[in-house]
Amino acid sequence: MKLSVQEEPFFPDGKISHFANQNLETGAIVSFLGKVRSDPENPLEYMLIEHYPGMTEKAIEKMMGQAVKRWNLIDCLVIHRYGKLTPGEDIVLVVTSSKHRREAFEAADYLMDFLKSKAPFWKKEISQNGEAWVESKEIDEVALERWK
Amino acid sequence: MTVRVLYFSWLRERIGVPFESIETDAVRVNDLLVELRKKGERYNLAFTQTSSICVAIDQELGDMDSDITEAEEIAFFPPMTGG
Repeated sequence: MKLSVQEEPFFPDGKISHFANQNLETGAIVSFLGKVRSDPENPLEYMLIEHYPGMTEKAIEKMMGQAVKRWNLIDCLVIHRYGKLTPGEDIVLVVTSSKHRREAFEAADYLMDFLKSKAPFWKKEISQNGEAWVESKEIDEVALERWK
Repeated sequence: MTVRVLYFSWLRERIGVPFESIETDAVRVNDLLVELRKKGERYNLAFTQTSSICVAIDQELGDMDSDITEAEEIAFFPPMTGG
């Protein structure tokens, strides 16, 4: 298991290929890359991501441990950025590995659902119309219900 | 007891500081909130709608009824928006 909460950009291809070459029992690798997106009707200038140092790492490590146990993963990797990010930049990378594909798919889905609403990050969007904190979506809470 | 209280996101902006030390005898999170609201208009405004506020006690998610008598660090923040 490897977690990095960092301000600087990362290189997803390198991270994924390094992760992929670690274990010969691995039959499936699933990766998810989340990016900063802009809205044509209200173009985003940049996004500021705030987090709670200390708790962020603890909360994500806990959910990674749960995912490894529940889906019998061989390994998983999470990278999540904070600070100032512009449209097109990568925010989050989740990579899971298992013997068979189903476990890796589900675990990656689970980790993303938890990162969305149970890891202490807060996003603020700055556009020409001003700035606004991103509000949590009910759909993200509903998504968590699937994993009970 | 003295606890370190942290605020994030728009709570931090409304209150005006990221953290502070608070002297309190509060037993539950709710008791602490009552005390914080009395600190002034900025606090009162920030904590108007506690239904949309989350709390962490020593970096673990809790709720408004959580016991804080042993707590060293209490954080208040709006629902999280990671990922």
